[in-house]
Amino acid sequence: MKSDYKLVIGLETHVELQTKSKIFCSCPTAFGAEPNTHCCPVCTGEPGSLPILNKEVLAYAIRAGLATNCKISKITHLDRKNYVYPDLPKAYQISQFDEPICVGGYVELASGKRIRINHIHVEEDAGKLVHEDGYTYIDYNRGGVPLIEIVSEPDITDIAEAREYMEKLQITMRHIGVSDCKMQEGSMRCDVNISVHKEGEPFGTRTEIKNMNSLSFMEKALAYEYSRQCDVLDSGEKVIQETRRYNEGTQTTESMRSKEDAQDYRYFPEPDILTVEVSDEFVDAIQASMPELPDVLGKRYVEEYGLGTTEAELIVKYKKIADFFNACAREGSPKLAANLILGQIFRGMQTEEEKEAFELKITPSQLAALVKLQDEGKINAQIARQTLQKMLAEGKDASAYLTAEDLAGVDDSAIDKLCAEAVASNARAVNDYKNGKLQAIKALVGYVMKATRGKADAAAVESKLIALIGG
Amino acid sequence: MGAGKIRKYSELLRSGATTSVKLTEEYLGKIEVLNPEINAYVAVNAEKALRAAKAADERIARGEGDALTGIPFAIKDNIATKGEETTCCSRILKGYKPTYDATVYEKLCAHGAVVLGKNNMDEFAMGSSTETSCYGAAYNPHNRGYVPGGSSGGGAAAVAAGIATYALGSDTGGSIRQPAAFCGVVGLKPTYGAVSRYGLIAYGSSLDQIGPIAASVEDAAIVFDAIKGADKRDQTSSGGTEPTADKLDGNVKGLRIGIAEEYFDGISEDTLKAVRKAIDFYAEAGAEIVKVSLPMLKDALPVYYIIACAEASSNLGRYDGIRYGYRAAHYDDVNDMVMRTRSEGFGREVKRRIMLGTYVLSSGYFDAYYKKALRLRESIVTAFAGIFEKCDVLIAPVAPTTAFPLNYTADNMIETYMSDICTVPVNIAGLPAISLPCGKDGKGLPVGMQIIGKKFDELTVLRTAEAFERAALVDVALDMGVTL
Ligand SMILES: [Zn+2]
Repeated sequence: MKSDYKLVIGLETHVELQTKSKIFCSCPTAFGAEPNTHCCPVCTGEPGSLPILNKEVLAYAIRAGLATNCKISKITHLDRKNYVYPDLPKAYQISQFDEPICVGGYVELASGKRIRINHIHVEEDAGKLVHEDGYTYIDYNRGGVPLIEIVSEPDITDIAEAREYMEKLQITMRHIGVSDCKMQEGSMRCDVNISVHKEGEPFGTRTEIKNMNSLSFMEKALAYEYSRQCDVLDSGEKVIQETRRYNEGTQTTESMRSKEDAQDYRYFPEPDILTVEVSDEFVDAIQASMPELPDVLGKRYVEEYGLGTTEAELIVKYKKIADFFNACAREGSPKLAANLILGQIFRGMQTEEEKEAFELKITPSQLAALVKLQDEGKINAQIARQTLQKMLAEGKDASAYLTAEDLAGVDDSAIDKLCAEAVASNARAVNDYKNGKLQAIKALVGYVMKATRGKADAAAVESKLIALIGG
Repeated sequence: MGAGKIRKYSELLRSGATTSVKLTEEYLGKIEVLNPEINAYVAVNAEKALRAAKAADERIARGEGDALTGIPFAIKDNIATKGEETTCCSRILKGYKPTYDATVYEKLCAHGAVVLGKNNMDEFAMGSSTETSCYGAAYNPHNRGYVPGGSSGGGAAAVAAGIATYALGSDTGGSIRQPAAFCGVVGLKPTYGAVSRYGLIAYGSSLDQIGPIAASVEDAAIVFDAIKGADKRDQTSSGGTEPTADKLDGNVKGLRIGIAEEYFDGISEDTLKAVRKAIDFYAEAGAEIVKVSLPMLKDALPVYYIIACAEASSNLGRYDGIRYGYRAAHYDDVNDMVMRTRSEGFGREVKRRIMLGTYVLSSGYFDAYYKKALRLRESIVTAFAGIFEKCDVLIAPVAPTTAFPLNYTADNMIETYMSDICTVPVNIAGLPAISLPCGKDGKGLPVGMQIIGKKFDELTVLRTAEAFERAALVDVALDMGVTL
């Protein structure tokens, strides 16, 4: 029975860092340039060239470590991982083996469960093979782009947790500004280690599925592999320790190489780069520059700004939206700003890419100015919404669309008068309401709104009417 | 100051007695006559040399430049020069033209030095005879039946034969000092890090160091002064640019010279005699001779071969025929191409060291070999540090014997490895050391002695060496029968 088997998952997540230059040379890291234009003797591994460690890379890795509760090593060094592949021009990757920059952290899931992080290390990315018209070309632009690898302990026990952990990492890395974590562009990818075992028994033999470049593939691969391993065990066979790949077409995993054929990477200390001593001052300065982490931010939205938990989570999930909202909120009325951002702007965005990019024609200040008008009662919610739509389309200030009449507002005594009028001239609706047909009040509100041409605050009008009828 | 050439030529250039163009033409002419005899150069670029000489003459005419301006030199074939074939004398790098200049070369060019060409060497600097070069062996100008030593044998032979004023070599386990000793010239292996390695095609990255091979100690000092100093392109480089050449005063009074008997084990009679005589000279000149002990010297050889081969196995992994250099003509697929390219492109000795290095790094053997070697390396470093509390320099032989006969090495591999015993400890500990002539053996072949100093104390090493040279007790000068 499959349901008898417990699932154990460990994840190795590669995150491409957004430093301006590469890890061992000053070539730019920008994505999408003409092939082999962001290259030099160092990142193409020309004989005689030497790597110079970019300190910014360590700083970024330390940021990632601090954001995931890791200890930062006082001493760290780089190692060579030797293997032969055409996209690896030195035939070794400079990585970290036994003294990584960050060790022993954790990521906390919504349930409160902590997924421990064994370590985070820095390394260089390889180039890219491009297969075209029967030939294979090599683009070394990506070679030497800095990566961190975040290695979790096998603490994940179901597929939903695996996704939550990955999303949590993704959101966190974006918030601390170390990576855009775009799985579709390869700036975040993961290898999964998976095994199954029965309750009370030791962990089973694990397999590794390499290079997952989307969360839905990861979920499918895990589901398939879980089921495969259960079937293998149920049929009395043994799971073989091996590396597998996910086949997107068949939605299955297939064997790449067994443990016996596993590469011997012959790790040894990189002699061209000196051991790095990480000073407390260096770490303290990074700590001081850390922004609020997503969890803290979300909590603050709820407690300080009075946002709902769902609203807060939604804003935090998208770094750019959070940035926009924070800037708006600083100018006042965060609750109203959140309503407009989520209700008007966010809802109009169809794809995840759009939400992640969150590219708007207006600035946070422009939105804040609109929110202020609403907050001060100069315009009501409906006008605010209508105005915002126009602003989003053309990028102009709210003032460009608001007429003197819009802004004139309706004074309270006029509203009081209209409310009294509504009650007096709608005896039937008043009766209905009194007899328990609460919906009937809407007719009275409608009367006042029509008379003010939508400028009154519907909620306030409703309260006034109820008070009148009840009193 | 008989042997020194740089200042002498520089004065001739400044006085107008000759020009750099004339001097360069003379060198080129001499190379044409003598190089076929000794095979010291594998490439000569006359056009480029004359262009540089012309520019140097203009600088000199403007009263600019320094002692190196307009002086022709040679460079080992493992140091990158932009757009010029740089092959490490290996078939696998045939056709490879670096897209950049090595820092040392850039520095000498900035001084207005004139490069004549590239020197022969053992393939990838792996060897002590310059017989493993894909361009064929180089020969000892003192006797063509003997090797010039290696791996910088081409540079040492060129300086000895007078077809380069000086040469840049590289020293991983003795590759500057041993050929300098075999050819009767001066070779300085600087402190690890004193000279940038940027552009030196790596053999053993934690051991490699570029240094000068020259006709005199002062010449070596002048070149060293020009190439040293921290380089932002080599993180392992450090140290200042304080000149040494103007501080060689011949005074060794009160200098404490350490003698470690372990260095004199198994050394041939002729070499022993010559080195002891030199030590006597220092005693008479007022130096204090201090007996010290280096029992871990016996560990140096295995430590060296394990570390150098381990690093080499990784450093040489990139030669796969994909991006540059040699590519096998026939192959089935990419893997087959890489395999065939490497099988055909590397020579026997290089393959042997790659295999050794791969073995000592492989899982299951790493701790027993590589890790143990690193531990022993630490203890060797510590032992030298202890010794240099008792003395300022150490004097030792450079090699157990004088130059070997041609073709001897191939049949006596282990013995040749063993002959590195006097030179490798310095590389393991990252110390500076100089090799200079101190006599001749019964066959008339030069004998060298080695002076070893503290880290970054090249000055004391050079001063000690220059004091001996100044006394002019030995004459290993050669007349190749071609006059300038
Ligand atoms: Zn680069």
